[in-house]
Amino acid sequence: MAILEVHNIEKNFGTLQVLQGISFSLEKGESMAIIGSSGSGKTTLLRCLNFLERPDNGKIMVNNEVIFDALDPCTQRESEVRKKRLHFGLVFQNFNLFPQYTALKNITLAAELLAKERPNFQKDKRIILKEIQEKGEMLLAQVGLSDKRDYYPHQLSGGQQQRVAIARALAMEPDILCFDEPTSALDPELTGEVLKVIRNLADRNTTMVIVTHEMAFARDVADRILFMDEGVIVEQGTPQEVFENPKEERTRQFLTRYNES
Amino acid sequence: MNEIPVIIDRLSESFLLNCQLFALTLIFSLPLGLVIAFGSMSRFYPLRWLSRTFVWIIRGTPLMLQLIIIFYAPGLLDMSFTWPNGASGRFVAAVVAFVINYACYFSEIFRGGIESIPKGQYEAGQVLGMTKTQIFFKVILLQVVKRILPPVGNEVITLVKDTSLARIIANKEIIMMAGEYSSKGLIWPLFATGIYFLIFVGALTLLLGWFEKKLSYFRA
Repeated sequence: MAILEVHNIEKNFGTLQVLQGISFSLEKGESMAIIGSSGSGKTTLLRCLNFLERPDNGKIMVNNEVIFDALDPCTQRESEVRKKRLHFGLVFQNFNLFPQYTALKNITLAAELLAKERPNFQKDKRIILKEIQEKGEMLLAQVGLSDKRDYYPHQLSGGQQQRVAIARALAMEPDILCFDEPTSALDPELTGEVLKVIRNLADRNTTMVIVTHEMAFARDVADRILFMDEGVIVEQGTPQEVFENPKEERTRQFLTRYNES
Repeated sequence: MNEIPVIIDRLSESFLLNCQLFALTLIFSLPLGLVIAFGSMSRFYPLRWLSRTFVWIIRGTPLMLQLIIIFYAPGLLDMSFTWPNGASGRFVAAVVAFVINYACYFSEIFRGGIESIPKGQYEAGQVLGMTKTQIFFKVILLQVVKRILPPVGNEVITLVKDTSLARIIANKEIIMMAGEYSSKGLIWPLFATGIYFLIFVGALTLLLGWFEKKLSYFRA
């Protein structure tokens, strides 16, 4: 059963049609890579899934529950959106860690704030906060940064910052974790450590949507490739299908250009 | 010669008024400035227009004139509202004028600071399910404070010296006090007032430096 279903998403910025009817679905545990040239709408699609942009048209369903419907204003209310967006996690291109908090606090902050809304928070405060803390430490270990728990973002390299950002997104236990070009802001020698973490997540069957320019990585890690151009999905399939036997002319052109450079 | 300690005593006493005016202005104008800053950034056009026009008027006219208007207008316009009688009324009027004036300057500093925080910080908070209020107080505010500390320090130091303007509505602050001596031909008390301001500003400079250092543990 599909964990995520996206129906006919459209998004315009003024007269510019960025997304022109995007539909796809994603199985639980599947990792999908979205490829395509700059301006093809990949990032906007991710931002729509994370409620950072409001689609002009279309419907998004998670676990058969409608979490966004352009025709139903009820799904767009601020309080509703806040709860529903936690189905998704997002890792940004430029990390966006909170500079005034340590690596560990970056990971635990949102969970702590959310815990305050639990009815038993006052009573079980200590236990709850301790659990969050331990989970944060566990996640730091998972991304290989246990020794950096008390470091501030500016004391970390770009790769380390992005790994903290991945742990921070995981802390909210999203159903679907999205990556927006996670290695594009990194020096080439730092991309490896971040890709390794994402690869580990794929091995653990984390459901992921990864927008990337790292073709070799996409081919290697993703279960499915989605090629976008000018706001539409041109082609999708397994890495083998898309990379080795692309059906569409546009896909072929894109991949050739990529192989040349 | 034995009147020197007496004069110093009276100068010190009158400088207390400058200090009180300074403290009260800061206490009220900083939060009011934040409110005006939010008004100036509001998506609701009439409120934004109102805030920005108000800031324009207050920043566009001399503080000295504002003091005079705020103090005399209730009486001249025959309003039902009047300032309390005597020295306390003059002092309260001065506080009100200073608070309004400085809140407007602070509001622009706050606005600049808030708008300088990258959008990504808000978005990171949003995708983690934080509310707008949580994002502002837990993520944005401290970064803003760090960024605006130097310009706020500038305003605060200007405020110390501006408190002397309160004499225009007959508040007995230090320069007015020294002026009484100079009009009798004794000039040194006027020069001595400079020392009070220098020491006060010196202490503030140290305090601001300490605060800046406190916030240097992170970069924003």
